[in-house]
Amino acid sequence: MTKPSPIHLQPLLWTLALCGSAAFAQAPASAEARLTALEAATKSAQSAGDNAWMLTSAALVLLMTGPGLALFYGGLVRAKNVLSTMMHSFALMGVVTVLWAIYGYSIAFGEGNAFFGGLQYLFLNGVGSAPNADYAATIPHETYMIYQLMFAIITPALISGAFAERMKFSAMLLFTCLWSTIVYFPMAHMVWGKGGLLNAYLGGKIPTFDFAGGTVVHITSGVSALVCALYLGKRVGFPKEPMKPHNLVLSVIGACLLWVGWFGFNAGSAVSASGLATSAFVATHFGAAAAALGWMFAEWVKHGKPSMLGGISGCVAGLVAITPASGFVKPFPALLIGFLAGAFCFWMVTTVKSKFKYDDTLDAFGVHGAGGTLGALLTGVFATSAINDALKDSSGKPLPLGWVDGHPGQVLNQAIAVAISWVLAIVGTLIILKIVDLTVGVRVSQEEEVTGLDISLHGEEGYNLES
Amino acid sequence: MKKIEAIIQPHKVDQVKEALKNIGIDGLTISEVRGHGRQKGHKEVYRGMEYDVDLLPKVKIETVVPDARLQEITKAIATAARTGKIGDGKIFVFDVLDAIRIRNDDTGEMAL
Repeated sequence: MTKPSPIHLQPLLWTLALCGSAAFAQAPASAEARLTALEAATKSAQSAGDNAWMLTSAALVLLMTGPGLALFYGGLVRAKNVLSTMMHSFALMGVVTVLWAIYGYSIAFGEGNAFFGGLQYLFLNGVGSAPNADYAATIPHETYMIYQLMFAIITPALISGAFAERMKFSAMLLFTCLWSTIVYFPMAHMVWGKGGLLNAYLGGKIPTFDFAGGTVVHITSGVSALVCALYLGKRVGFPKEPMKPHNLVLSVIGACLLWVGWFGFNAGSAVSASGLATSAFVATHFGAAAAALGWMFAEWVKHGKPSMLGGISGCVAGLVAITPASGFVKPFPALLIGFLAGAFCFWMVTTVKSKFKYDDTLDAFGVHGAGGTLGALLTGVFATSAINDALKDSSGKPLPLGWVDGHPGQVLNQAIAVAISWVLAIVGTLIILKIVDLTVGVRVSQEEEVTGLDISLHGEEGYNLES
Repeated sequence: MKKIEAIIQPHKVDQVKEALKNIGIDGLTISEVRGHGRQKGHKEVYRGMEYDVDLLPKVKIETVVPDARLQEITKAIATAARTGKIGDGKIFVFDVLDAIRIRNDDTGEMAL
């Protein structure tokens, strides 16, 4: 097809314009119709933009588990356990998805009491393309559902860092089903679900700011990880035998994928392609960058050498700590939160871990539990309505959020939310481990452990270099 | 016939291979091994866990040579593999009873 030249186009445009103005003059009633059509078109354009970003974000969050965490954790274990460790992450992409579809989404996001959602979304009943105005008014409810599913997948996958190299696969599956049901779904409901106890926006009694899951994701998983590490006991030979990471190259790739995927995790939590998403994106990046440096320098001072493993551990610690704060804080507090998280988590996994001698294989507690707690508390300090003005008083003025806004009481609210997450994670995980231990048994035999879980549990090896 | 087993620094492999090629030695076998002599290992730190690494990566070169050329060949290997620091490795020499070429049943030095 040839493009009409501007000369040919001009009379056509004039005709169209005349017809338009004539119609406007003759029938004022249809002006309203056109306005309605215009409104609908604007709304649909906004929805298209928001939905595109949210579907992208959902995919980015899955990227964190799929290659990201699997590679990060997989590289840190010994070669004989690389596949079993990657399988923890990968298998959960299947298991949690099924739970979520059947009842998980409903318990987390159904309208229920302060602790559990109702059952109205059982089997995803009524979760379709019409938006749910409570959670996200501009995107299909189904988009919101699939986005939240990706969070439900990665959270139990994070715990696997604590029991890697010694838990039975069957025990891991049962543990995850129970853990998602007893700890994650209720916690997600409390913080993000309509009517949840800690939900600052939808009628919670103790308003808490947790933008993307400092309490829901990182404290629950990190603290549960510590309970798992203590309950399962140390790996055979720990800490006398060397248990060096078998392939840090994999871990570096994994950590960098986590960093990238985290933009979906945090900036996506704005549930729109808005300025708030940008602000969360920037805070996320700043937190990760500063934390990578914080850990590296702490290590440089203490051990004399800055290491690659230190750098990637730091960036993950920073991403964890900035998660609850990301949609609430300005860029410079984000840098500060990241830097503190890097140094604090370094101290947790080196000094504290060796002092108490627990075997948290891949430091899920030291990074996620510690970083999540620090981040949740600092959110109470640095949250500001200059970034997030969604909370308004009756006259429509934005309410002060954190200490920097002159609302120091928020730190107390954050501390209560932190305490609730800790207690739920500890009690829930202990009960679940006991159930799993009495039914399928949690730990592999010593022989299986020494052989390596890849061969003894899965009948395969990660590296068959001679084939 | 003598068998030479040279355990050398991994980064010296190419120089040793080149030196052997230059004096006409075609047959050799190379393996990646780990070990230590008097050389102390080093310390590695992973998230604060310190590991003493005393088995260090080395490369073992094996070749069987005619008696008459032994001195020349060991000297070539030693010269090529030497950095002058602890950890350069060692060369061992063994007597070989016989050699047989599988393709055509050549024996002795004919088979080398």
